[in-house]
Amino acid sequence: MKKMTSAAVGAALMTSVSVPTLAMADDLTLCWAAWDPANALVELSKEFEAQSGHTMNFEFIPWPNFADRMLNELNSGGKLCDLLIGDSQWIGGGAENGHYVKLNDFFDAEGISMDDFAPATVYAYSTWPKGTPNYYALPAMGDANGWFYRADWFADADIQAAYKEATGEDLREPQSQREMLQIAQFFQGREIDGKTVYGASIFTERGSEGITMGVTSALYPWGFKYENTPGSYDMEGAVNSAEAVEALEFYKEFYETATPPGYTNSYMGESLDAFKSGQVAMAMNWFAFFPGLYADPDTGGDKIDFFVNPPQNQAGSTLGGQGISVVAYSDKQDAALEYIKWFANPEVQAKWWELGGYSAHNAVLNDPGFKDSAPFAGDFLEAMNDVQDFWQEPTYAELLLAMQKRIHDYVVADQGTAQEALDKLIEDWTEVFEDEGKL
Amino acid sequence: MTDTIANRAAKATPQRVARKIKGLSDRAIAWIFVAPTIFLLLAINIFPLIWTIQLSFTNYRANRLNREPEFIGLRNYERILTDSDIWLNMQATAHFLFWTIALQVLIGFTLAWLINKKFKGNDLWTTIIVLPMMLSPAVVGNFWKFLYQPQIGLFNYIVAFFTGKDPSSFEMLGSVQLAPWSIVIVDTWMWTPFVMLICLAGLRSIPDYIYEAAEVDRASKLRQFFTITIPMVLPFLMLAVLFRGIENFKMFDLVVQLTGGGPGSTTELTSINLKREAFEKWRTGYASAYAIILFVTVFGLASIYVKALNKVKER
Repeated sequence: MKKMTSAAVGAALMTSVSVPTLAMADDLTLCWAAWDPANALVELSKEFEAQSGHTMNFEFIPWPNFADRMLNELNSGGKLCDLLIGDSQWIGGGAENGHYVKLNDFFDAEGISMDDFAPATVYAYSTWPKGTPNYYALPAMGDANGWFYRADWFADADIQAAYKEATGEDLREPQSQREMLQIAQFFQGREIDGKTVYGASIFTERGSEGITMGVTSALYPWGFKYENTPGSYDMEGAVNSAEAVEALEFYKEFYETATPPGYTNSYMGESLDAFKSGQVAMAMNWFAFFPGLYADPDTGGDKIDFFVNPPQNQAGSTLGGQGISVVAYSDKQDAALEYIKWFANPEVQAKWWELGGYSAHNAVLNDPGFKDSAPFAGDFLEAMNDVQDFWQEPTYAELLLAMQKRIHDYVVADQGTAQEALDKLIEDWTEVFEDEGKL
Repeated sequence: MTDTIANRAAKATPQRVARKIKGLSDRAIAWIFVAPTIFLLLAINIFPLIWTIQLSFTNYRANRLNREPEFIGLRNYERILTDSDIWLNMQATAHFLFWTIALQVLIGFTLAWLINKKFKGNDLWTTIIVLPMMLSPAVVGNFWKFLYQPQIGLFNYIVAFFTGKDPSSFEMLGSVQLAPWSIVIVDTWMWTPFVMLICLAGLRSIPDYIYEAAEVDRASKLRQFFTITIPMVLPFLMLAVLFRGIENFKMFDLVVQLTGGGPGSTTELTSINLKREAFEKWRTGYASAYAIILFVTVFGLASIYVKALNKVKER
């Protein structure tokens, strides 16, 4: 009898533990872009599944279609995504159009402090209106546009001697934008190991955001500003300043004199392909790809090294990265918030960095061992100190497409001058802000 | 006595229904049959058209549902018609339309004329020629993107072989001068077989006795070609031009795959620009006005063309 009672109690206990878990278990769908860090997140999320009993599903969209697909989903009030790791520029639209759940009360209730995350990432990925303590996302993936190069070529004595002879300078990691162009031009069309190689692969893509992300990597170090006074939408003299014109002319010169033939519409994939196939000495791309590049058996390891976007008049890098938000149309918001709570945990953040994600948590970034934890970790920290992002307005897509057109027309299609391109850009942007009633 | 379909239908109709129908006029019965089609037409075509016209006078944005649209009169139309960039898109579309149709008609007719001759392997060649139009435009776009690649693309190597130029010295998709031609070449490669098939149908519809009579009258082959073949195939050719014209006016997928509208905006056809305005910038009101302008243009041109086609048929 006693035995029976123990068994019954055991069964009752088992039931009491397992039944509520089963009853509360949800099928969550997390939407993001299809790229290396997404695979790391799948791996990381297994721990959440084990702890919470929820099942995680993932919807990863290739980058060129990511914005189109996800913004359509949000605009139509779709329920596909419970959690969305959306691009930083979407935060304005996400907040103002009611797509994202405001997280302030949740953060307060759960003791999640935004002070625990790198300020640049909180500003860029979480707040709307910019810089105000209104949070619509938790910084999920820190990122910036950086550079990588063929360390084995740079270390080659013959190449070094040829560079010295050609320029009178030592071949080294570029310390300025101009030096980077000089190095790229040196490699352009050079024979290395019996193969013609080229200077660098830069972003020139027309359809989504490519050329804008590339050209801002030149504009920001020259001192480009979107407005004379933040929040005033006063762009004349800022967007088309003498420095901006010089930077744009520089980017065009880079494209014309130091990139492989046919790179008229290249973005992340093309940049990676150019480097991995041994075509280019240097390439720009997001830090998110750097762990994969370092692990590449052919061009990784000792053959690769990394550097932060070089300064010119000042330091400046183009911001990438995303915050994680709860979609307002989701029926499983409680479970989605549970995921965010779990993800904000410093231990989970440490594991996130370990697996190949870029944590924005101070506990990870300020760890004394962080800089040496990967060959690009120090550069990442440096880049995140000087990042600048594109407009994050609800009309960001219109602003972005206008810039894509004006810059591509000038840089790739060789139409007009840099001054004209930037003047027209101000006209386009003014029209957008007038339509919005902000001007 | 004969068991016609009408008799069988009448027998199969239940008495109650038959009694009701008996009271209806022929016109009423006709309306009953036509009504579902008219309803579908109104729901799928006419209502969206009216709705689009209405939206074209507003600043409505489909991604800003929490904002009330404002009536702005003809402002969208005025903006579109005075925008020099849109006129450049129109020019790019006109260039694409004119050259694709001209080349496809010329090559398509020539191929049809050759295929129409009886020779060994005739059917095999016909099958091979029509293969490109069976492929998906997305596949064709990607496929030609590789062919046009300046470093490894077969197209550049073939041109280099005949001209002695360095294959990587020219970029079909990246050059402002060559990109508009690169999309013309691909569309011609893909859709010439369609024109060929229509022309072939036209050529095979010409009775042999007309040529035999011409032979008796000692008409030369050239004269037979210009006085029999061309006039009798002309309605078919005009039909092919109409189909290709309408299709290419709304060309989107192939060009997006090939150039994405670039370099710059060189190959940004009106349909690509319209898609960007409607579903990337979400300027729904503006895009509606744009769509109406395009619709009126195509409808107007097509109406004039169909009248001309009917006149040719009547001859």
